[in-house]
Amino acid sequence: MTDTIRSHQYPNGLTLAAESMDWLESASVAFYVPAGCVYDPADRGGLASFTCEMALRGAGPYSSREFIETLEMLGAEHHELVGKSHVLFGASTIADNLHDVIAVLAEVVRRPHLPKRELEASRLGAIQELRAVEDEPSQKLMLELRRCHYPWAWGRPSIGDEPSAINTTLDDIKKFHTANYRPNGMIVGVAGRFDWDRLVEDIGSHLGDWQPKDEPTVEPGPRGPQRLHLDMESAQTQIGIGYASVPVRHPDYLPAWAGMAVLSDGASARLFTEVREKRGLCYSIGAGYHSLLDQAAVFCHAGTTADRAQETLDVTLEELDKLKHGVNPDELDRLKARVKSALVMQQESSSGRASSIARDWVHLGRIRSLEEIQTLVDGLTLERLNGYLADNPPQDFTIAAMGPQELETSE
Amino acid sequence: MKFRKHKLDNGLEIVAECNDQAYSTAIGFFVRAGSRDETPEEAGLSHFLEHMTFKGTESRTADDVNRQFDEIGAHSNACTSEESTIFYAHLLPEHQTLTVEILGDILRPSLRAEDFETEKQVILEEISMYEDGPPFGADERVRAIHYGDHPLANSVLGTVDSIEAMTIDRMRDYHTRRYAPSNVVLAAGGRVDFDRLVETVDRVCGEWDAKEAPRLLETPRTTDQRIEIELMPRASQEYVMLLADAPDASASSRYAAQMAGVVLGDESGSRLFWEIVDKGRAEHASLGRYEFDDAGLFMTYLCCEPKKTSGNLKRLAKIFRKAALKGITDRELELSKSKLRSRIVMAGEQPQGRMFAVGGDWLQRHEYLSIRDELNILDAIEQEQVDGVLQQYPLTSGTILAIGPLESLDWPF
Repeated sequence: MTDTIRSHQYPNGLTLAAESMDWLESASVAFYVPAGCVYDPADRGGLASFTCEMALRGAGPYSSREFIETLEMLGAEHHELVGKSHVLFGASTIADNLHDVIAVLAEVVRRPHLPKRELEASRLGAIQELRAVEDEPSQKLMLELRRCHYPWAWGRPSIGDEPSAINTTLDDIKKFHTANYRPNGMIVGVAGRFDWDRLVEDIGSHLGDWQPKDEPTVEPGPRGPQRLHLDMESAQTQIGIGYASVPVRHPDYLPAWAGMAVLSDGASARLFTEVREKRGLCYSIGAGYHSLLDQAAVFCHAGTTADRAQETLDVTLEELDKLKHGVNPDELDRLKARVKSALVMQQESSSGRASSIARDWVHLGRIRSLEEIQTLVDGLTLERLNGYLADNPPQDFTIAAMGPQELETSE
Repeated sequence: MKFRKHKLDNGLEIVAECNDQAYSTAIGFFVRAGSRDETPEEAGLSHFLEHMTFKGTESRTADDVNRQFDEIGAHSNACTSEESTIFYAHLLPEHQTLTVEILGDILRPSLRAEDFETEKQVILEEISMYEDGPPFGADERVRAIHYGDHPLANSVLGTVDSIEAMTIDRMRDYHTRRYAPSNVVLAAGGRVDFDRLVETVDRVCGEWDAKEAPRLLETPRTTDQRIEIELMPRASQEYVMLLADAPDASASSRYAAQMAGVVLGDESGSRLFWEIVDKGRAEHASLGRYEFDDAGLFMTYLCCEPKKTSGNLKRLAKIFRKAALKGITDRELELSKSKLRSRIVMAGEQPQGRMFAVGGDWLQRHEYLSIRDELNILDAIEQEQVDGVLQQYPLTSGTILAIGPLESLDWPF
């Protein structure tokens, strides 16, 4: 670990992980609380999101309005994201205001009021969000694809479902907060310009005396169907394809990720070239790598008009299948060049870095420096990558589509 | 940070904010060519041409272009709007020269007939994609209604009919007419070797024929109090867009207008946020602002349950009327300033953000503003100026287009 990257463990299980970026005017913080949507009870889908939203409606000394206005006064842009295992409360601000912003967010995770008078407004907001997603074809399809691909708790969408949103009580939310918002398993990631000693002390004073809690269990359940068609009277058919990969902590993570990147990363990537550039089948086509703690997947997406959807699906599957024959040296070189510039560019933004530090800790229990990632990627040989792809070709696809006509897929 | 500029003999301008502390470089060619420069037969051509530009030149195939950008790890893209087409890349400083060579080269594309037919399909897919999801293409249609017969009414994407009927010759004519060097600004941000930049641009673009390519400007006569409904039974939510006039790109009041937009309609902490979104009355309610050469727009965007639409429009009417009548408060001005101050500083850390700001300012106004200049302008804004904009440009007058399951809606103001 380089001297700009540091971490600190508090006795209650809380981790602080930070990277100093002295050249920036800004600093960012990411609170990763182990209260993601896998802990939603079976009949309360969306409870993690509901709880996160309610936590923003007043905490510690701040009313709902004071919370927002305090952050505005501090010039902080805040954002929240409910993931599978963790919920993120993040903020970026001018470096001098970092400690004040941390103080506000610490209250939000630890002492939210969860006020009764705000419950109905929050519920209405949740229902509106669910309905808005119904209108977003690609977003809706990809949520369905994950639901089909992963086992129950891990495949459920964090936004939940309307019956759950209607039936959720204040008591459900309070219980969820009491059980899941805890210091053990929580990570605070910080990046930008800051004073390390003060940071350790500050986080300790806000959260150090918070008592650890038992880790909640995840309700097991089966995965969804491997083939799904949803009828929709739309111009385009949305196509989603998923296949299993290895998680970030797996020794084969790098070649697994690189295989996906050859498919989708960059202007000369295979899917873009074959499906869009050569055949003009799509405007939007791509693939993304998605890792949970113990499992991972690659999810591909394409949107195309109904009469060209079958061809798009067939060509995309063909490209996935070809991956088993390996990539060529030029493709690997281009991939390395793109990683190199992306890593350098990360040094120009504290907000992206704060999140990636915290995510590293969630997955690996340590932080990788940008130099370490660069060395790892530079060290990836063609033999290693192609060996992995030959042994682990994309296969056993989960396929979901939404549009006016059902597509043909072999089992 | 140092601002440098240079003009080639043929009229192409080069502007850069050079920051030796930056790790990366951003470079963009800004072309004064957008949907407003199109004739009715050319509808969607600027955007179609943007796609075709990546399809190769005399010395590069389409594959070469994509591959060469990837070989140096440059992240390249392009975008088209009503008034400009921008081709840009974010790269490591050591690849400045090659990036400029590629970008400069593709601005003189071969425009091969075969590529044209393939890419036409991609454009048609893009049109379909926007028709399938919110706001179902209504953003272009509401602008068309608002601007009537003014060229700002033109669609950026074009229509299925206009794209299907498009010919390669028409595209070549348009390219010759609009991509003259006097219509092109190259902007750079981050770590820039300016002398070498000028040398490269001169070598790649210096031979382009000088030519006048003026744009016709006229203040539009916009519609007033017009409301239209489009039925979209399969939508779950109702989507409402409300356009009202705002200061244009050269008006000194545009900063006060920006502040008015933040106070009333920022996504968090604004009057629309507290009155509508925070109370769960809509999934989204915000007020955005657009600047053109001869016009400006405030756009209110609302997404809510159909049955809540009428109530929300009444709330908007109340908020906007009160703002015009009583203005904003000291506290709102103070909060918005601190919010914007921080946004300016944070955006300034990114070379790509600076490249867009510097290039956009130069293309529209021949003006350079450093981050310090922007902060000074922000600090100097006074409450009376914001109130003045809210009185001069009433948000309750303009054009509304609603799309969703609703069959009727009354003019709310």
